Amino acid sequence: MRRGVLDLRTLVAVGLLLCYGVAVLYSAGQTDVATSASGVWQKQLVWICVAFVAGTVTYSVSPRVLEWAAPPLYLFGLFLLVLTLVIGTGAGTAAGTKSWIAIGGVRIGQPVELAKLATILMIARWLAARREAPQTLREMVPACLIAGVPFLLVLKQPDLGSAIVFAGILFAMLFWAGTRPWLLFLLASPVLSLLLAFSEWTWGLWFVFLVYLLYRWRPYLWEGLTVLAANVVMGFIAIPIWRSLAPYQQNRLLTFLNPTLDPQGANYQAIQSKVAIGSGGWFGTGWLEGPQKRLVFLPAQHTDFVFSVVGEELGFLGVLVALLLFLYLLSRLVRIARRATDPFSSLVVFGVAGLFLTHVFENVGMTVSLMPITGIPLPFFSYGGSFLLACSLAIGVVMRVGKDASLIGYPDA
Amino acid sequence: MSDFSPSALDQRAVQARWVLRVAFFILISAFFNAQILEHERYRLRSEDNRLRAVPLTPPRGPILDRFGRIIAENVPGYSVKLLAPDVASLREALGRLSGVVPVDSADRAEAIRRFQVEPYLPALVIRDATLEQVARLEERRVLFPGLVIQAEPKRSYPAGNAVAHVVGYVAEVTEGDLQARRYHGAQIGALVGKSGLELEYDSILRGEPGMRYIEVNARGRLVREDGAAPPRPPEAGLAIRTTIDLALQRFVDSLWPAGVRGALVAMTPDGQVLALYSSPTYDPNLFIGGISNETWRTLRDDPNNPLYNRAIQGRYAPASPFKLAIAAMALRRGLVNFNSTMPEPCRGSFQFGNRVFKCWLPGGHGRLDLTGAIAQSCDIYFYQLGLKLGLDNLLRDGMAMGFRERSGIDLEGETMSILPPDVAYFDRRYGPRGWSRGVVLNLSIGQGEIDQTVMNMTRFYLALSNAAGAPEPYLVRPRAGTLRKIDLTAVQLEGLRKALVAVVDHGTAAGTRNSDLSVAGKTGTAQNSHGADHGWFIGFAPAEKPEIVVGAIMEFAEHGTVVAPYVVKTIRRWYFGSGADLSQRVRLLTPEDAAPLPVELSDSTVTQGTAP
Repeated sequence: MRRGVLDLRTLVAVGLLLCYGVAVLYSAGQTDVATSASGVWQKQLVWICVAFVAGTVTYSVSPRVLEWAAPPLYLFGLFLLVLTLVIGTGAGTAAGTKSWIAIGGVRIGQPVELAKLATILMIARWLAARREAPQTLREMVPACLIAGVPFLLVLKQPDLGSAIVFAGILFAMLFWAGTRPWLLFLLASPVLSLLLAFSEWTWGLWFVFLVYLLYRWRPYLWEGLTVLAANVVMGFIAIPIWRSLAPYQQNRLLTFLNPTLDPQGANYQAIQSKVAIGSGGWFGTGWLEGPQKRLVFLPAQHTDFVFSVVGEELGFLGVLVALLLFLYLLSRLVRIARRATDPFSSLVVFGVAGLFLTHVFENVGMTVSLMPITGIPLPFFSYGGSFLLACSLAIGVVMRVGKDASLIGYPDA
Repeated sequence: MSDFSPSALDQRAVQARWVLRVAFFILISAFFNAQILEHERYRLRSEDNRLRAVPLTPPRGPILDRFGRIIAENVPGYSVKLLAPDVASLREALGRLSGVVPVDSADRAEAIRRFQVEPYLPALVIRDATLEQVARLEERRVLFPGLVIQAEPKRSYPAGNAVAHVVGYVAEVTEGDLQARRYHGAQIGALVGKSGLELEYDSILRGEPGMRYIEVNARGRLVREDGAAPPRPPEAGLAIRTTIDLALQRFVDSLWPAGVRGALVAMTPDGQVLALYSSPTYDPNLFIGGISNETWRTLRDDPNNPLYNRAIQGRYAPASPFKLAIAAMALRRGLVNFNSTMPEPCRGSFQFGNRVFKCWLPGGHGRLDLTGAIAQSCDIYFYQLGLKLGLDNLLRDGMAMGFRERSGIDLEGETMSILPPDVAYFDRRYGPRGWSRGVVLNLSIGQGEIDQTVMNMTRFYLALSNAAGAPEPYLVRPRAGTLRKIDLTAVQLEGLRKALVAVVDHGTAAGTRNSDLSVAGKTGTAQNSHGADHGWFIGFAPAEKPEIVVGAIMEFAEHGTVVAPYVVKTIRRWYFGSGADLSQRVRLLTPEDAAPLPVELSDSTVTQGTAP
């Protein structure tokens, strides 16, 4: 029997990112006055060992088994999310939210990370079973529900960042299944409506534009009307939704739009992070040497804002290296998805790519005020067991798909 | 064409790669912009970026009495804090600091603990520094590079001891409090109310802390204290206005005999508490700036337990004042009217089964009607009235009148008053054959298995002056706003009041009548198997149309008539103001109407309820 070939390049990219991550994490703990972060790099090493074992397990499991197990895994993921809402606890900077499951006071994990993977499997199973891409909005409803339920559960925690990841996964996978981009655009249009509703003018212009697009693209009449209705509704409920947000959430959004609004209050994190990154210049202050980090002006510098340490200490070049590594890894994932032996495997790999891209773009974008501050981790860099475990499980599946593809995959185009 | 055909996938892979490239291009250009194009700006800002946030204590809302006089306020104070790069240098700075101003080893250890919890905040060393200490430190400022002296509002209770059990006290929130989320929105280091009104209305009084920013150099040492960044001022807590009459409260404090444990509450018929006093008391100002361990131990271990609020936490056998409740129950049920007599006249004792129940007057009262029995507080009459009422009815009506509840006053920590819920309670407690129906006799004179707080008993007396029922006593606002009904007609209420006035005119509390003010009331003496008897007096005035109701107990006072003059003086002080004639001797023509010890009715000991 022929043995598949391990996709070494992907593995090397992951390995390099992990090494880079631990080095930065070590530095994040080196401050003038010891903080709780000083020893996390050692714990992270332990987690990497655990993650390696977990990745090996998924690597050895056939995608067929995963396809079969997708519904129960998905339901289990939802169960954990509901459980988190009921008995969840907060932690660290997000002490006010319910995102952890703890047993006997010991926090054992953030179920949302595993739920993300389960959702990828479930969407992949559904789309692969269809064989054909959804051609109308109506046909997309089941997929939207699969992603929508965990999305809402996570939003309830509240964890906006993770909720957005579910949206990212859904759109990536619908796209990969062959859904026309304009259909995806229509699907996303109510959210744009929500965002543009802060003034009648922007929303009015958007609405006129939308009518024009509908005229051009000509979806089914009632679907077009549904889209219009959804946009109108969103435009109307934007203000009540805004009012229902907690003040800190409002502040984050406001200061995202205008960072100078409250330089010492709500936007403290964004400004401190940007100052650290900006002061890095081309080459940075040198590893372990960043004064912003040493004085702990950086918020959450070993978790959500770990990339600020890269920017400050290793400069633009360090950032470039890290981002290009991520880009390379994602391109490899697209390649593996392209060469996969079957739609399910292909969709899973692309879903993982969507997951990583959303995380990287949201997290890295947040450190330079490109994105609003939502606490989601950076793959392979941020300290945290649950997410590292989830990433390694995903990479294990990807490697397996890649190996299978090397046996009987489609020929290179 | 399949959506997963190689060519279709290729097309999408190309599109996906473009999306990736664009996304990463956006990210990289954002970094290029921040790190290369705007590098100089951010580099300068990072040099500047040496700000440390120091929380600013919000002024706590003042607590005022009913006329706007100050019960609790804020006065300027100073805190001394130290900023240090590490524990070793903090320890060293603390050592030098204690050479200038006294800082004991416990405070130093506490400062180091605070530093370890929050190393980037200046560690609090002295919360309440004197002006003199501040001056000494300011002179030697060069010696302490990390010294932060901050003006802080400081709590002050001008009336001190007199208001301790009303206001309570404040202290720094503990880690336990924070973990249990006992104080919503409180942050580490915040001052929170720990008892009394300070606790009850903490969320209103506390306010929101502000922030100011001090500048440190790259080694974490203080460079500039002011003007580094605009501060965010703290939000002051809101004032609360209470129903207390501070003058009356102080008067009670000055009146109360030294060394006597007990409590007094005064309120208007609609439940506004005018005075609430518990003795012995303490000075809530001791807690300002952190109470020393020694002082705390003294307070905590004092056998007289000054922190204990006897007005709402002490439980006592209600004794004779409870006879009014029995009378009300019997009247409501139509069992008696004011002229009814009992089958047996009072000959000093009463036989029930094989037990003998005594009257406080060994010679006996002879034949009395209800009015007379209330006035003379005749135990034999009430034994028979209790029997007529029956244990079931007594317990049921007692529950309905609130004798098994808290008074509901808006203060934390009130204890529940005790009355058995039903007859089955006795079966459970003593076994179905372990007790006799004679327990009703004990209960009829306010003895036995009944224990009431002064507040709850006084609330019952509100009902005598308020046809609608007894409202909840309150200091700021009623918690639930419920009424306890006793369902008597206006005529019956009037009759009960008259019976009590009779007490003043020629009964147990005669001689307490002022020329223009008729005080009505009921003395009570709870015989106490643990020592001297506890004395009660609950009275109101004017008797015809009450405007004030006062209840008081003195532990081991021997007799209720000892308590009566204090209550009468309190009433007079409130009614006539500071010009009241208090010198007038109160002559008491009071028979010693001590409620006899409860008769033993079960094989196991009936626990005699008295306050600790």
